[in-house]
Amino acid sequence: MTERVHTPEEQERLVEQTDEGTQDDLLPRTEDLVVTGAQWPDEGNTMIVNMGPQHPSTHGVLRLVLELEGETILRCKPVIGYLHTGMEKTGEELTYVQGCTNVTRMDYASPFFNELVYSLAVEHLLGLDVPERATWIRMLLCELNRVASHLLFLASNGMDIGALSMMIYGWREREEVLRFFEKVTGLRMNHNFIRVGGTAADLPDGWQDDVLGLCDIVLEGVYDYDALLTENPIWLERTVGVGVITADEATALGVTGPILRSTGVAWDLRKDAPYLAYPEVEFDVIYTDNGDCFDRYRIRLNEVVESLRIVRQCVEKMPGGDYRVQDLKVTPPPRKRIDESMEALIHHFKIFTEGFKVAGGETYQAVESPRGELGCYLVADGTSRPCRMHVRAPSFYNLQSLPVMMQGGLVADSVAIISSVDPIMGDVDR
Amino acid sequence: MADDERTEDAADEARENAHEPSATPDNPVVAAAIERFPDVIAEDSAGQPVAHVPREQWREFAEWLRDEQQFEVCVDVCAVDHLLNRDRRLPAGVPAERFDFVANFLSRANHGRLRAIAQVPAGDPTIASLTPVYPSVDYSERETFDLFGIVFEGHPGLERILLPDDWEGHPLRKDAAAAAVPVQFKGPKTTPFQRALPKEDQP
Repeated sequence: MTERVHTPEEQERLVEQTDEGTQDDLLPRTEDLVVTGAQWPDEGNTMIVNMGPQHPSTHGVLRLVLELEGETILRCKPVIGYLHTGMEKTGEELTYVQGCTNVTRMDYASPFFNELVYSLAVEHLLGLDVPERATWIRMLLCELNRVASHLLFLASNGMDIGALSMMIYGWREREEVLRFFEKVTGLRMNHNFIRVGGTAADLPDGWQDDVLGLCDIVLEGVYDYDALLTENPIWLERTVGVGVITADEATALGVTGPILRSTGVAWDLRKDAPYLAYPEVEFDVIYTDNGDCFDRYRIRLNEVVESLRIVRQCVEKMPGGDYRVQDLKVTPPPRKRIDESMEALIHHFKIFTEGFKVAGGETYQAVESPRGELGCYLVADGTSRPCRMHVRAPSFYNLQSLPVMMQGGLVADSVAIISSVDPIMGDVDR
Repeated sequence: MADDERTEDAADEARENAHEPSATPDNPVVAAAIERFPDVIAEDSAGQPVAHVPREQWREFAEWLRDEQQFEVCVDVCAVDHLLNRDRRLPAGVPAERFDFVANFLSRANHGRLRAIAQVPAGDPTIASLTPVYPSVDYSERETFDLFGIVFEGHPGLERILLPDDWEGHPLRKDAAAAAVPVQFKGPKTTPFQRALPKEDQP
């Protein structure tokens, strides 16, 4: 291919139009694209393809630099940061009361888990014991959120691979869950409902019927997806043996959640480092041995069923009592008291403007989010704002497995692999 | 205001009741660590075992954890800037530097966690990279380099990961206030509207 030489007029017009000179200057330099730690080959017929950040299958703004030889992927380098909004910095500027509003926007497909891990960290620093009912409400909402998140995965994974109708089915059932969330929290996403000391409100009247109703609807849907996909020859062709990762690789790369469990490691923080009331409910940890795209799909499909099992037990065993801790330091007075008492008004005002202070200390809390271990490392310095709020984002670590999964695969499979990792870019870039 | 005093009292009370760092190594891993590395100082941080490791022994300590204590995973690493922290608690014997560099390790075999903290001075913000020992921290060390400016010696590809390559400064440092950093925009200096004007009217 001969290189196109611009005439001076064309050159001038290009500069004028783009303000950045010719396109030649904009081409990425080879050394910028080299995979971390690897040397770029000097010769050979390889081609570099830039996938994303605006690509419908990259789940947001993930950019992949692929080095191809024919149809085979030799190397892959994920480039991230397009959605970086500095949430850890924002977390240092906000009080502990306001913090939940910030963190809930990170992994926007599973907001309850973000709120939960932040609240657990603050409560651990405060030495606060949360009432039993609050714990169970949190567990109910988190498991429903896991259902919603996995349904989102099933929908988008289906569409990425070409089962377009899955998109509609998955969305349809997820909508039922989000409708319940809207009834409980007032919002479909970014709820800010799980707060330090408990939850923002109690469950609405008649919630049991809603939950049991949606459990039936979702379960029926899951059986439909199973019938539609699990033994579908085209589906198997696209997923079985694609994007394989071994247990050792997954462990070394810090991969957690369904991807780790697909390699034969039955590691689930709900069982292995229990939090909330998980020891009191019965459920199974789903794991398989092959570590390919099909297993990751199968695990998530079955985890929906397990989560529904936990949800039903929550409905059965939901204890009575307070939905938030009766500690004047962190809990604002009820709305009704504000009309009656000046002191209550001042108290309410102070909690929401100044916040409460947390004595110096540090803690790391982890929960099992739909994507893996979601951790929060919180450092308090005695003021009402954290000194440091760091989030161990599962998608950020899981993304490191992409180069391993893609190596030697076909370029058409890259879409299936990205989709099976289920990265949420809000979680990756924070 | 009476209410104000009450809040202050509550905060003071909380401070007194807060868990004081204790040096008793009741955790077997921490006890073994002190035996192996005499310079390591143990701490019990609200029920979670913490080992303060000298910066020089950082990688050696991680290798020991991986090879002899069955800590298969380094779950997470991050840094903390203590520039403005007036309520900082460190056990006796740990020199207080500006940055904490924190690593959380997980042992699946023993169901145990351990946090290791190294002190990184502001004048020489370097520390040995753990990526050769635990490949999982590749991205998060790059993130710490990006946002804190801590340099990892021996990292195979230390470059910015979240911010653009030509970004100046390290925004998670406490002296980089959120509002004090001018937003760095790139691209055309003129708007499409301005470019549509006749040439002599353009700015």
